[in-house]
Amino acid sequence: MAIYKLQVNGKTLQADVEADTPLLWVLRDHLGLVGTKYGCGIAQCGACTVHVNGSATRSCVYPVSAIGNSQVITIEGLSEKGDHPLQKAWDEIDVAQCGYCQAGQIMTAAALLKQNPKPSMDEIEVTMNGNICRCGAYHRIREAVKLASTKI
Amino acid sequence: MKSTTTNSRRDFLKMSAITGGGLVLGFNWFSAEASAPVVFSSVVAGDINFNSYLSIATDGAITIMSPNPELGQNIITSFPMVVAEELEADWKMVKILQANLDNKFDRQLTGGSGAVPHSWKLLRNAGATAKFMLIEAAAQKWAVPASECTAANSFVNHSRSGKKLGFGELAEAASKIPVPATVKLKDRKDFKLIGKSSIRNVENLKIVTGKPLFGLDFYRDGMVFAMIQRPEQFGMKLKSFDGSIAKSMPGIIDVVSFKNNVAVVGKSTWQVLKARKMLKIEYEKEFALESTEDHDKLFLNLMDNGQATVRRKDGDVDAAFKNAAKVIKGEYQCPFISHSPMEPMNFFAHVRPDGVELVGPTQTPGRARAEISKLLTIPEDKITVQITRLGGGFGRRLYNDFALEAAELSSIIKAPVKLIWTKEDDMTAGTYRPAVRYRFEAALDASGNLTGYKLRGVGINSGNPTRENNFPSGAVENLLIDSVEHKSPITTGAWRAPITNFLAFAEQAFVDEVAQAAGKDPVQFRLDLLAKAKKSPVGDIRYDISRMEGVIKMVAEKSGWGKKKDVSQGFSVYFSHASYVAQVADVVMRAGLPVVKKIYAVSDCGQVVSLNGASHQVMGGIVDGLGHAMYSKLSFRDGAADQNNYNTYRLIRMKEIPEIETHFVDNGIDPTGLGEPALPPTGGAVANAIFKATGKRVRNQPFIEEDVFKTIS
Repeated sequence: MAIYKLQVNGKTLQADVEADTPLLWVLRDHLGLVGTKYGCGIAQCGACTVHVNGSATRSCVYPVSAIGNSQVITIEGLSEKGDHPLQKAWDEIDVAQCGYCQAGQIMTAAALLKQNPKPSMDEIEVTMNGNICRCGAYHRIREAVKLASTKI
Repeated sequence: MKSTTTNSRRDFLKMSAITGGGLVLGFNWFSAEASAPVVFSSVVAGDINFNSYLSIATDGAITIMSPNPELGQNIITSFPMVVAEELEADWKMVKILQANLDNKFDRQLTGGSGAVPHSWKLLRNAGATAKFMLIEAAAQKWAVPASECTAANSFVNHSRSGKKLGFGELAEAASKIPVPATVKLKDRKDFKLIGKSSIRNVENLKIVTGKPLFGLDFYRDGMVFAMIQRPEQFGMKLKSFDGSIAKSMPGIIDVVSFKNNVAVVGKSTWQVLKARKMLKIEYEKEFALESTEDHDKLFLNLMDNGQATVRRKDGDVDAAFKNAAKVIKGEYQCPFISHSPMEPMNFFAHVRPDGVELVGPTQTPGRARAEISKLLTIPEDKITVQITRLGGGFGRRLYNDFALEAAELSSIIKAPVKLIWTKEDDMTAGTYRPAVRYRFEAALDASGNLTGYKLRGVGINSGNPTRENNFPSGAVENLLIDSVEHKSPITTGAWRAPITNFLAFAEQAFVDEVAQAAGKDPVQFRLDLLAKAKKSPVGDIRYDISRMEGVIKMVAEKSGWGKKKDVSQGFSVYFSHASYVAQVADVVMRAGLPVVKKIYAVSDCGQVVSLNGASHQVMGGIVDGLGHAMYSKLSFRDGAADQNNYNTYRLIRMKEIPEIETHFVDNGIDPTGLGEPALPPTGGAVANAIFKATGKRVRNQPFIEEDVFKTIS
């Protein structure tokens, strides 16, 4: 066990955990940030996606010891009032069914739009293909990313 | 519009009191007997005689409780919409609460696509009764006839005098108006919310900002975390275990065993997960360790030699086949599949000397309470269940094995515990869609008329794998439907659209084969059969022929059936959960392989409540149906599943979805099911389109393993 100081959503937070603890479980069990979801634990579904220094990262396989001073952004820190263009588009298009995967979908899309603010539908699909939505809300996810890209 | 979660009835009462008296209308959402709601003030709102509540505070805030578990069907939005419609409420002022398990509610569960059909009239009555009383109160105040007053947008208006009062201002007086025995419901042409697409999911903001909504998000001070190692092979039982290494690991509090389980209890999820890997466990054989290879042989053997249970028999099938000009046979087989919702199973339990607290995602909270009451011999009235949002269900959360495990574990370790399953646990511990094989046989006379029809289903723990009273039953004089069951240690359960999720594909693909053999257009062939059933029905018919004809004709029109040159089209129609869905799939060839380009769906589910939500359910159902037909399978070796996570168990992804166009029949019939009925027809429409495109029939799921997807031309 060791104390790790993490830069999460613009704040310095600390957790006393083992070095191999995935960021996912540090966020959820130790920092009370439960918006980041556990889906598969093997980086296959994308439900646990967060930003590490701006890049979409699967937090379920990212050990806390590798984070250092990297800036971590979770769904809770994507915007102050839940009004990121993607969050607004998700509401406007009414994307969610069960909603469990959506934080990961939004974080994946947010990283994409940061790098490529006007992605083509094809580019959206290539990026979002890594995130599973078991309810099959893919059409609206795609549409919401496209809509958000017109507002950025 | 806001939704509120994590409330108890007490909170609700407290809130009603804070908002200042007002009208609290108790009504029975579910019981058809209780047509007359009873009014009580917020002070006595806890009276146990009442089942659910619509409240109007003096500030005009309207609160509606949503009792059913929410798993993506968006019942938390559609139920309140129905109440608000009849109430003439300003939707922006409605607050919605997810209710805990409470005896006040009837059918507080999610399953069988039954919630809206079951509650439709009661929800409408609840809203209409409150509106009646608000109008009456206003009329008395103004000393005008109630018939001259109308309600709209949370106000009562008297147009002659131009007077106007808000629901909040009227609530107190309205609560003293005698409850009418009957109320007039709105004409559907006057609906402002129902059937429109403007209303969005009331929990959107919480979902997109990552608020704690789901069972796995529930944390409580002092709670411990646990995972259970279960036998990895069906048929094995626990013999002995050594948990000493696991117990010595950091953060581990205890290792305990019950039934076939070895549970690791600790201070965090990761520590428990790591320690569980260090358990040394010996299992011993209790039942046969079955493999998919065994099942494949078993299917063939039982198909010919099994002890069959007759499900339906009309006319003389033997004679029909003896006299047939042509006999067509087709066999179809599906594997086990996992529900694998995104949120793995989990549950919180705190068994105390004075009662049990349960929190978590279940489709059947009442059943969880009853089973835990029996398990721990604690009376049901000492057990509370808080229903969290469910990260998907698909039938898996109809079963409460995980809740029982949590409760039993809490009673052993005497601590509040959150039991967590990994995705691997979820995929390997059973309750699968059963593996089934069907044999269809059809007899045609010299003119291509269907004179005989036989279906035998062989299932592994499938129960009755047929739906013997569905189409084409009723349209064929000589018909025999029977089934054979193999009992296996591999556990099965209801999977979204149970049985029909595969039967519909097999049947609709076979009907296509028969149409082809008869030299008829597949759509016209079905319409001819339905016309025959209408004119001279054979035996019991449980489906509405006109509604089925309706969706068939509409999808043919919408899809341009028979008129398209650039795509190969396949057709399918199915009746389930009292609704009718017809689909046409457009398939094109790319690099020698069939690709589903578009699916048209026409649904007759009666009155649509939320057009936005309904369309989403249909699209999701189609993606689900297509994905599992195309890609998903669980195979077994010596009782153990070969696939245990999303890297080996394939689910459909964004790049694999076709375009989908949805339409609804607007016939004014009261609502019938929708969460499931769009799924069953998809596999058949796609398989029939693949045949059109390639000349080859896919007969087994997953389609991706069929020859047509392996051959590069």
